[in-house]
Order: sequence, then structure tokens, then C-alpha cells
Amino acid sequence: MVGLHKSEFSNPVINWIDTRLPVFTMIQKEYGEFPTPRNFNYFWNFGALAMVNLVIMIATGIFLAMNYQPNSELAFGSIQHIMRDVNYGWLLRYIHQNGASMFFIVTYIHIFRGLYYGSFKAPRELLWILGVVILIIMMATAFMGYVLPWGQMSYWGATVITNLFSAFPVVGPKIVTLLWGGFSVDNPTLNRFFSLHYLLPFLLVGVIFLHVIALHLTGSNNPLGIDVKSPQDTLPFHPYYTAKDSVGICVFLIVLSVLVFFAPNYLGDPNNFIPANPLQTPADIVPEWYFLPYYAILRSVPDKLTGVCLMFGSLLILFVLPWLDTSKVRSLRFRPVYRVTLFVWVVAVIILGMCGAHKPEGIWVTLSRVCTLYYFAQFLVILPILGKLERPLPLPESISHPVIGGRGGGPLPTGATAKPMEKA
Amino acid sequence: MRTMRSLLAGAFAATLLAAAPAVAQETELPNQKWSFENPFGTYDLAAAQRGFQIYSQVCSNCHSLQYLHYRDLSGIGLNAEQIKAIAAAVTVPDGTDDQGQPKDGPATPASQFRSPFPNVKAAAAMNGGGIPPDLSLIVNAREGGPNYVYGILTGYTDAPEGFKLGDGLYYNKMFPGHQIHMPQPLREGTVDYTDGTGNSLEQEAHDVVTFLSWAANPEAVERKQMGVRIVLFLVFLTGLTYAVKRKVWADVEH
Repeated sequence: MVGLHKSEFSNPVINWIDTRLPVFTMIQKEYGEFPTPRNFNYFWNFGALAMVNLVIMIATGIFLAMNYQPNSELAFGSIQHIMRDVNYGWLLRYIHQNGASMFFIVTYIHIFRGLYYGSFKAPRELLWILGVVILIIMMATAFMGYVLPWGQMSYWGATVITNLFSAFPVVGPKIVTLLWGGFSVDNPTLNRFFSLHYLLPFLLVGVIFLHVIALHLTGSNNPLGIDVKSPQDTLPFHPYYTAKDSVGICVFLIVLSVLVFFAPNYLGDPNNFIPANPLQTPADIVPEWYFLPYYAILRSVPDKLTGVCLMFGSLLILFVLPWLDTSKVRSLRFRPVYRVTLFVWVVAVIILGMCGAHKPEGIWVTLSRVCTLYYFAQFLVILPILGKLERPLPLPESISHPVIGGRGGGPLPTGATAKPMEKA
Repeated sequence: MRTMRSLLAGAFAATLLAAAPAVAQETELPNQKWSFENPFGTYDLAAAQRGFQIYSQVCSNCHSLQYLHYRDLSGIGLNAEQIKAIAAAVTVPDGTDDQGQPKDGPATPASQFRSPFPNVKAAAAMNGGGIPPDLSLIVNAREGGPNYVYGILTGYTDAPEGFKLGDGLYYNKMFPGHQIHMPQPLREGTVDYTDGTGNSLEQEAHDVVTFLSWAANPEAVERKQMGVRIVLFLVFLTGLTYAVKRKVWADVEH
């Protein structure tokens, strides 16, 4: 591989660079000609949306950090300084704050897409695992970011969540002290959380890069969940999917704008407008909405250690998902029974989210227990067994010839299927 | 498509439920009409100015407004001269003198609003242990926002028969637990408006809550007006992008 790259670009400057560092060829190959299944639906927008969202978060975050004071005495006031005195500081902050919520909405839909269409199955196991790593880093980043305004919910949320680690025997209390940088949530905690909140997104960029490399090796899955068999099955990424992703990005920006400009604090908690006060515990400590299902799982059992294990387990179990599903069929379009169970699972997660927002009393305890049970049963019982029992619907022959009816449409007349690929 | 829509709806419903108040209000919130509440609403500046008068004459005796500066008052329609005059009438800490001793001086438009107490301990000592909260964000910091603050201001009644009221506490039907440190701050005729507006308790409470809502979200009007333009533009852009997408895909069976 030693030697200059033979660049095909005619522009002399681009050609000169590309000969020595073939980035233009790479972009052309990976985002221009990249053969992409022709049958994507709009669910396939969400990876690109998450990427756009991350860029928005990093861009706004850098400017927020220029005006923020990571000091327990000054943090709350510096946020007000940003909101009131910095030019368009309110805009930056509200985009960042609501962008976090949008990031989770987009990512959760992206994950659902993977679950529904079996994108985690061979040969995309590592792609999926990297995705779970991304989710976990994202959660850690979001959690630490929520602490930075140093409001009541920041402070008490940090106290509750970091305290979870104390449940682990022997090393638990040491981990907590390490997280706090002392013996309670205080200025050192805020300092290290700020540092990590700035660091982790760049780690995220790295893992996302690997996620995308893995994707470009295996190629994308598609709504039929069957492999690409011929060039007829694919389209070049550009202009087909750049155009389609652009539509999604516009809609995404509309939703983000409505939140930012008309309901910026809708998803927030009024308590976080009160400066952190270690002497006064809020009536109800609730995490941000995107953590509520996990919070419900945590509180569903009376024993702290079990709760903590279940909560972390609910995430870690995703790592082994590719080996828990015993069915070879990817898309749930062809697995009617499993499809139903997945929808039930989604409902269970939403109910868990509701449980997380309520005090663990009365019906909410029962509900959170039932749903936690189902959450795990879905992965540990239904998934392995159903894969063996369920008789999937017949799969179409190829993406361009979905001979079976259903949403892919009936058999297409030859000639109407596709113009042959010029590139790929 | 159908599944995506139902999923989005589900996610939206989940957020709705998650954002629902976790603590049940004991007394029903009042439901006042606010000039600033809908997506196109703006602050009623006359009401906000009257509210500022109430804040200066009544609230500021105990409550700080520390995240505001006098210059910010241009946001409720006061001009530079008025702001200068308002600031000049207030004495605030002003650095140190030649001997290095802290000294006071008249505020300028660039000064922070004067705080009534030098620190939290002093505030508690002067108020029987209760700490009057800073009002800069009070409207955002309470479930129910402006209606809640209005409810507190108009919620003073006699304690019901058999209710045991603590020492130095007052009965307020809106306050959680009904026992509040703050004596009733506003009554009919507490302030005299210069613009001839009636000074009923409801009017006063409404005005000061309008002022405090502005104080908590001074950017709200600019934000919403910018939002209307941006959302309209994005809707147009979405249409355009969708048309482009249709055109690009026109020759492909999919």
C-alpha cells in the first residue's frame, strides 16, 4: 500500500491533495457512491439525525463553556449570566438543553429501528455493540451535563446517582469518593464533571467514527432485513439518501426549534431554577425524562444492590443481544409474533418511564415490577425461545424483487425495477 | 411510516407524562389570563412597570432580585433617563475607599439590583428563620409558574377551625402545608399607581407577577418572535427539500 494514490479528480488542487491524502476519494466512495439498499424508509434517517444533533451539541457547548464557571459558588449565577447578558446566550443554552432531549429521542428511535429490523444480527454484531457503547457514553455525558447548572435537581440528582455505586460491596464506597472528589457532592465533583462533560463528547466522536466504519464494511441493513444480492438492490448514497436525509434533518430542526423557542423549559424541572442547597432535599428527586425508565427499574426492587444491578443490567444486556436472538430472520415484518412482543416491550419501557416520574407508591410499584420483569423477559426468555418456535413469513427473493406482498409492494414488472447502477 | 408515527406519538406521550407535576397541588391553581402566555404573547409593559413599582415598594424590602441589573429595566419599556434615576436613588456596595474600607455609593444602570440582606444568615435572622427566596427566577422555579405565584399572593385567608398555626407563620391556602413565613405582602390599596389603575389585591398581584415573569424570562418575547420566523422558514425549507427528494427519486422505483 506504499505509494501515492492515483486520484481521479480533475481539479488540480483537489487532485494534489487527494494524491497524497486520499480524503476526497474516501468521501466520494463512502458518501457519494456508497451502495445503499434502495428500500430504506424514514427510520433510516435517525443515524444521520443523531450525527447532526451531536454536532449541534458540541458547537453550542463550546460557546457555553466560554461563559460558564465550573465552581459551586458561581455556576448557577454564570448560567443566569449566559441567559441574560451574553449575546444570544439564551439561544445557545436552550439549544444545548433541548438538544440533549432531542439527542435521546433520536437515539432511542435509532435503537428501536435496530431492534425492529434486526440490524444487530450477524454480520452487524460489532456495529451494534459500538452503538451500545455510544449510548452509555451519551448517558454519562448527559448526566454530568445536567449537574453543571448546579440547581437543586442537579445537585440532588448527582447525589442520588453517584450514591448508587456505594451499593457495590467492598469497592463501592471508594468509587463514590472518587466520583465526588471528597465526601459529598461538592465543588470537586462539579469540577470533574465539567471536565468529563467536555471530554466525553469527543470520545463519542471517536466511537461514532468506528460505528460508521463498521457500518460501511457490512453495509446497511434495510426494512426487509435481507442481504443485498445485486447492484439492482442498491442506490448510490448521493444523491438519493443525501436528499432523503435532508428532509429528515429539516423536520428534526422544526421539532427542536419548537422546543427551543416556544417551550424551552417544558422538559425541565422547576426545581432546577433553585440554586443547589445541600441542606434542603426537594420533595421529589426525579432525573431527566430520558433516564426515567432506568430509574423505575432501579426502584422496582427494595434491595439497593439488586436495583443497581438491574439498572445497569438493563443496558448491559444489549451487548449480548445479537446472541440472544436465535432467529436468522432480521426484519420483524416477517416475524409477526415477535413483532407483537417488541411492541409490548416498547409499551413496557414507556410505562417504566411513567413509573420513574412518580413516587414509588401504590400502583406504580406494581407496574414498575411487572414492566421490569417484562423488560428482561423479552431479552432472556422470549427472544431465545421464540426464535426457535416462531415460523417466519416467507422472505422475498431480493430487495428489488420483493415477491411477497406486504409493505414492500407486489412483484414489480421487470424493467420498472431499477435503472442499472452507473457507479457502484 | 405508520409504525414510526405511532412510536413518535408514544415517545411524545411519555414525555408529556414525565413532565406532569409530580407533587399534587393541595389547592387548585388559579387560572389567570397572562399577556405573555401564548406563542405570540408579549409582556404587558404597563403592567410590568406597575409590577416593578410594587417590587420596589414592597417586595424588595425582603426579596432580592440578584440576577437583574438596573439596565435590564429597558426590557419593561423604561428609557435610559428613567433607569439612571431609578438606579441613582438606590445605595449599593461600591468597592472600597482609599483606606481599603468597603463603602457604599449610588447604583448605576450597570449595577446589580440591590439585595436587602448582606447574606443568607442575615436574611434568616431578620425573618424568624425563613429565608425570603430570590425572585429573579421565582416564576420558573415553581410548578404552575405565574399562576402559582399569583395564588400565593392572593391565597392568604384565616386558618380554618382547628388548624394549628406555628409561631410566626401565616396561613396561605396555596402554599404547600399552608404555613408560610411571609406575612401577607399585598392588600387592596398597598400601592398607589400613578397611571390611575385600580389598586385591588388582584390587580396588584397580577401586575407584580407580570413583572416577575418578565424578570425570570426577559428574553421570552424576542425568543418567540424569532421562533415564529425560524419555524416558518424551516417549514418552507422542509417543503423545498421534500420536493427535491421527490425529484431525485422520481426515476427510481422504490
